[in-house]
Amino acid sequence: MATFDLNDDSVVVIIGTGAGGGVLANELAQKGVKVVALEAGGRYLPEDYINDEWESFGQLAWLDARTTSGDWRVAKDFSGLPAWIVKAVGGTTTHWAGASLRFQDHEWKALSNYGAVEGANLLDWPIDGAEMAPWYEKAETKLGVTRTGDRAGLPGNNNYLVFEKGAKALGYTEVHTGRMAINSADYDGRLACQQTGFCFQGCKWGAKWSAAYTDIPAGEATGNLEVRDRSHVAKILHDESGKVTAVEYFDKDGVKQTQKARIVCVAGNTIESPRLLLNSASEMFPNGLANSSDQVGRNYMRHVTGSVYAVFDKPVKMWRGTTMAGIMQDEAIHKPDRGFVGGYELETLALGLPFMAAFLNPGGWGRSFTTALDSYENMAGMWIVGEDMPQTTNRITLHPEQKDQFGLAIPNVHFDDHPNDIAMRNHAYQQGIAMYEAVGATRAFPTPPYPSTHNLGTNRMSERPEDGVCNKWGQTHDIANLFISDGSQFTTGAAENPTLTIVALAIRQADHIAKEMAAGTI
Amino acid sequence: MTKHDLRGLTRRQLLSRGMAAGTLAITGAGFIAAPNAAWALEVAVISPEQMATLLQMARDIYPHDKVPDQYYAVAVKGYDAEDRKDMVAAGIAELDSAAKAMGHASYLAAGWEEDRVKVLQSIETGPFFQTVRSGLVTGLYNQKEVWPIFGYQGESFSQGGYIERGFNDIYWL
Ligand SMILES: Cc1cc2nc3c(=O)[nH]c(=O)nc-3n(C[C@H](O)[C@H](O)[C@H](O)COP(=O)(O)OP(=O)(O)OC[C@H]3O[C@@H](n4cnc5c(N)ncnc54)[C@H](O)[C@@H]3O)c2cc1C
Ligand code: SF4
Repeated sequence: MATFDLNDDSVVVIIGTGAGGGVLANELAQKGVKVVALEAGGRYLPEDYINDEWESFGQLAWLDARTTSGDWRVAKDFSGLPAWIVKAVGGTTTHWAGASLRFQDHEWKALSNYGAVEGANLLDWPIDGAEMAPWYEKAETKLGVTRTGDRAGLPGNNNYLVFEKGAKALGYTEVHTGRMAINSADYDGRLACQQTGFCFQGCKWGAKWSAAYTDIPAGEATGNLEVRDRSHVAKILHDESGKVTAVEYFDKDGVKQTQKARIVCVAGNTIESPRLLLNSASEMFPNGLANSSDQVGRNYMRHVTGSVYAVFDKPVKMWRGTTMAGIMQDEAIHKPDRGFVGGYELETLALGLPFMAAFLNPGGWGRSFTTALDSYENMAGMWIVGEDMPQTTNRITLHPEQKDQFGLAIPNVHFDDHPNDIAMRNHAYQQGIAMYEAVGATRAFPTPPYPSTHNLGTNRMSERPEDGVCNKWGQTHDIANLFISDGSQFTTGAAENPTLTIVALAIRQADHIAKEMAAGTI
Repeated sequence: MTKHDLRGLTRRQLLSRGMAAGTLAITGAGFIAAPNAAWALEVAVISPEQMATLLQMARDIYPHDKVPDQYYAVAVKGYDAEDRKDMVAAGIAELDSAAKAMGHASYLAAGWEEDRVKVLQSIETGPFFQTVRSGLVTGLYNQKEVWPIFGYQGESFSQGGYIERGFNDIYWL
């Protein structure tokens, strides 16, 4: 493994090693670019993962202080935990379920295709499906996505079989076990899925793709990548010309260090990335770095989500097998006569008993709640993931007083549901419940959203510098050697789970950065 | 040894009801125990009556008739601590006065779950109720020992997952 000097100003510094940062680090290293990746979390590998929901959460989750505001229910139920994100080498790809879907063509151009929506700050992406197709293919090959290339689908578990029967009973046709970054057969030196059912807690078999045990070690093996774990970046520094020159971070021992850099790529996930840019404000950039548009931290998106659980008179045992391998895509279309723009996917989802108790109806108690759990064995579950509306007032800001363990201002996450979000969620609840009723559900539960797992949009891509933070390469409009490399660059969220797109964008960005470095333009 | 029963039932009536809801006995100064001696909980700081109240609260907040008292006792035993005893005393005083306002001698003296639930509803937005309730979410449901009662099987890695053990064994569809 390489080590680079703190004063080496030829390196690319990447902040965060998740879906965006972890992939970018490896891709650059493969091309011979020298990379220092700074990761706030520690290193955990499959042998370290714990198949116990709360223990695993304690091991991996990002638990630094955050505050919330707005009318979303998360602010009431989980006021200090707006998002469910991982702090570890590999980032949230340790926790993720593996659902890997391409955007649909129309979703790249939400403003053009949906028209202006009141209260929404819709915008077209500066790229489209044709541009992204080859990068998606590379991403699918890297992740080993099932039902793409020549890779077979996963077998359906009990939860899926209930879901499929209900969907087909309603006449839905786009129903299958998903395009999953989970091996249906041994692939890329990793095992096939053993149907253990703790995909959210880190796959102990390595059957699910995670940057932690694929891209990170592959990058390190090139001798071009140094990953410094337990290194929390506090600030990005710049010179008088406005170019970024270094980052300040707190190392394993809490000691402040400064790493010089030729290029800095921010990939701390959608809450931490804008927080870092805002916390890096200087005399020259009093509103934070790359923020001449005033869009840093704004347009925070989290997908329209929610779950439907239902109980039956006989056992389902939904916890057995893959957590999310099942999808119904017929509603993922743009069909405004449903009362909203954009579409949504329904995907199978199972929680263990401890998480079910916490998330089924947060704050709920008494027999209405406990009789639902009494039927846990007979329960099936699904998750809604739909396109939500970017709104300028849904945003990450710095808390005026509260500081974290390093003395840095903590983020506040403000979110109000847009009427389009509410209409879509209600439609999805109704369809999900109908699916389960079609298979004989005796009771159904429209379960509110969990802390956000898909965090997007707070440093968005835009054609024009005044509309967003970065250009179509993720390069910030204001600072040529500062890049956005994670889900925060999403212009709009589309109906699909975001990670395949984050990975495809990272592969594409690596290609661009390496070319520009070779050409000497950055 | 003094024996208190909970709701004006005699000790014999209590015993005859076995492990049904709320049938624990406060046994002497420092203990509460199940009438059938299946378990006992020693209290060091708070009183046995206070612990009995907490236990009943836990049962009424998350009532599962198939889950024996001992698991609820484990979930609330952390309140028997120096730094929580004032909170417990104040909370239970509030609870009992809410019960009195509804015509019961105390919270525990209200015989029907429905009546006790009404008392709880009257304090449910307060910090005492919220602390007890949210503590139970992990305190009760995260006990590995209660999982089998709900059919939940916990980790399966050590047994090779469900690939050959019924991940798709649904029989009734
Ligand atoms: C339970 C769960 C299930 C999910 N399932 C799916 C799914 O099926 N499909 C899908 O597409 N997506 C899924 N997701 C979402 C997916 O995990 C994220 O979209 C994706 O990982 C985001 O990538 P990222 O690069 O933006 O951030 P992350 O992967 O979160 O990586 C960010 C990294 O940056 C680090 N970091 C942050 N700030 C700093 C700092 N200041 N200094 C140093 N390091 C820092 C963090 O510790 C973290 O490791 C799921 C998420 C969760 C929680
Ligand atoms: S179900 Fe499959 S993918 Fe999920 S954790 Fe188990 S082996 Fe890994």
